[in-house]
Amino acid sequence: MLPPNMKHFLFLATSLAVTVLPTANLHAKVWTAPLDQIAKVGPEGAGNAEAAEAWAELTGQGSEIIIPVLEAMESAGPLARNWMRSAVETVFEKDLAASADLPTDALKIFLLDRNNEPNARRLAFDLYHRVTPNEADAIVPGFIDDPSPGLRREAVARLIDEGQNLLNQERKEESITTLTSALEAAREVDQIDEIAKLLREKLDQKVDLPRQFGFLMYWDLIAPFDNTDRGGFDLAYPPEESIDLNGSYPGKEGKEISWQAHSTSDDYGMVDFNKPFSPLKQVVGYAYTEFNSIKARSAQLRLGCKNAWKIWLNGQLVFGRDEYHRGIRIDQYILPVHLDKGKNTLLVKACQNEQEQDWTVQWQFQLRVTDETGTAILSTDRKPTPDATEPARRRGE
Amino acid sequence: MKITHLILCALLLSITAKADWLNFRGPSASGYNPDATGTPSELSDATLAWKVSLPGRGLGSAIIVGDKVFVTAASGPDQKQLHVLCFGAADGSPIWERRFWATGRTMSHKKTCVAAPTPASDGERVYAFYSSNDVVCLDLKGNLMWLRGLTLDYPNASNSLGMSSSPLVVGNTLVVQVENDSESFAAGLDKISGINKWKLDRPKAANWTSPTTLNINGEEIVALQSSKGVLGVLPDTGSRIFNFEGGAATIPSSASAGDSLYIPSGGLTAITVKTDGSETVKHWNESAQRPGTPSPLVINDKVFIINNAGVLNCANRQTGERLWRIRLERSDKSATPTGSFSGSPVAGAEGFIYLFSEAGVGLVVDVSGDEGEIVSEIELGETILSTASLDNGAVYIRSDRHLWKFGK
Repeated sequence: MLPPNMKHFLFLATSLAVTVLPTANLHAKVWTAPLDQIAKVGPEGAGNAEAAEAWAELTGQGSEIIIPVLEAMESAGPLARNWMRSAVETVFEKDLAASADLPTDALKIFLLDRNNEPNARRLAFDLYHRVTPNEADAIVPGFIDDPSPGLRREAVARLIDEGQNLLNQERKEESITTLTSALEAAREVDQIDEIAKLLREKLDQKVDLPRQFGFLMYWDLIAPFDNTDRGGFDLAYPPEESIDLNGSYPGKEGKEISWQAHSTSDDYGMVDFNKPFSPLKQVVGYAYTEFNSIKARSAQLRLGCKNAWKIWLNGQLVFGRDEYHRGIRIDQYILPVHLDKGKNTLLVKACQNEQEQDWTVQWQFQLRVTDETGTAILSTDRKPTPDATEPARRRGE
Repeated sequence: MKITHLILCALLLSITAKADWLNFRGPSASGYNPDATGTPSELSDATLAWKVSLPGRGLGSAIIVGDKVFVTAASGPDQKQLHVLCFGAADGSPIWERRFWATGRTMSHKKTCVAAPTPASDGERVYAFYSSNDVVCLDLKGNLMWLRGLTLDYPNASNSLGMSSSPLVVGNTLVVQVENDSESFAAGLDKISGINKWKLDRPKAANWTSPTTLNINGEEIVALQSSKGVLGVLPDTGSRIFNFEGGAATIPSSASAGDSLYIPSGGLTAITVKTDGSETVKHWNESAQRPGTPSPLVINDKVFIINNAGVLNCANRQTGERLWRIRLERSDKSATPTGSFSGSPVAGAEGFIYLFSEAGVGLVVDVSGDEGEIVSEIELGETILSTASLDNGAVYIRSDRHLWKFGK
């Protein structure tokens, strides 16, 4: 155990190293080896025993480890990040209880640096807030365009409150301005819904929710293929082999089926197979669309579906799941993908099973394309959101 | 030895004797702990020892290990913040808290939540398990021992309604059931390292039940319930010991007593496992004894179930014959109705059954006589979907927002 004065000296030296010379840390050896060890945790429990020893070593230190551990989260996997988070909070709580010095300024610098890992920044904010709540609250508005969803959420919540207060005071124009700003900034579904409800129902404003979320509204559909005894999930019907929107194929019970254009005007981009094909059971349907990306980039496909489903991007299977009727919500499944520059093809397979209860009628999905923060990525040729009465159109029509 | 010394020893024993409650439904995960003595006959402001706020929702019960109480919670807009909390049993003082980010899916039906499973302990470590398939092992001081993200390992192992099966430590193995419509499995994890000792494919069907244990020839066997029935396995290897194929419920779990198992199957079905463990013997089935959401409870020669109508049924454990039944309702008809039950009944040595309804009404039912009698009622004013936990002289219950202790 270091004497208090020595510990204080180490803290000061470390703070300086972290804030002034981040790449030339004089005390790297204290945390480097344990962090390297924790970063090695792998599948099925690999590296747990070594990580536990490393965790004990880290938490045996003082708060000088906090910033380096937060920094290490940048390259860590989700499990390793949890080991690191727990170490940071354990040391923080220990030193807070002991009234020891905490790296308050370094936490602020870390959390304000948008290049740092989003979860680590949110954690840094929480710790900073524990030490200096007033100062922390003061920087919240600056998070309104922050790439960290957890931080941005705080700023959006402020704007929603402001907009609501203005509305309560009958200052409608100011409320519209504030809530519109909030809507542009919001990335999380509950906040978007809350703002849209205020704008639409209290302030008579139009809100294009599908565009805000980035839902894909125009599709070509083909159905029904057979899914008796749920066997269709594993069967590769012709659309899985190649896409020919002018082609026709033998469907369920031998009936010839072909692609048909379909659009949805649903606020949440719901593509409902029951509408064009009428409610069916034990069937498979496919939906195809194209998405033009302005550049090659990483992205996320965010799917909601209560039927068994598979999804392909540019002909490659991304993921599939054979669960039926256990619920649906926006962003139910978040699938990291890479978009090509220009045209990208998307194929969704949605399977309906044999259940007859009234809560098993749905045969539908909703899909949007976002970045890692949930910000909508819009196709470069995105068409206007269809009106409820607008007929379906093929792409390019 | 002088009398004063004897009295002192007795006092010390009464102070130090503990009846730890180490997992969902306590010993054998079956709800009855004959070693839990002096549990209160009254739930009231007078017997409320303490009440503490929780940082998030949870359906999992508290577990009690020595002088500490552990409970889990989930918080945040998408329930992505996972909490493990440790309190002092004596006064509810917070001792430590650990937080983690969920690494698996956190979607659930709004009634349940990510912190639905009850944590488990082997007396030296605490194992927290969540619907996101995150497994956390901490020692009693809060030191992190290991982590697993079972969804990272098995990406399709989830249920969009949420999962709730509680883990169980048996010997050196932590048993988890991750049973769902897709990538459905049960696993035995090494309790020290968290690595797989075994992993079994399980029926592809949603299942919210928790494992229980039977004692066969002094050996603990884990009973894994599913819609197909109950599979008995050795905790160390996952090797099959018996298989009851009569189908079973997927919400209420079985209760065991020695080598007997009382399965929510076609009502209630009683089986024993033959001493060589090779097969099961079905003793009786009572279609009228149909548990609702709460699991059955066995106390000595009686078996209790709560049906979906809120009626507590008591049956002869040997025959299944109904002995008596009472409606679990308030004595004051103008009071908040008891309503439905999600939590399961538990009991200690005194012959009191403790029940808490979804409406937040707590009941104590004296089942020591020829008929059941509700001897105490309390209205906690919060949603309660969890099962009570018992310690010597104490009852713990967690609501949506608080952890409560009644007794001493």
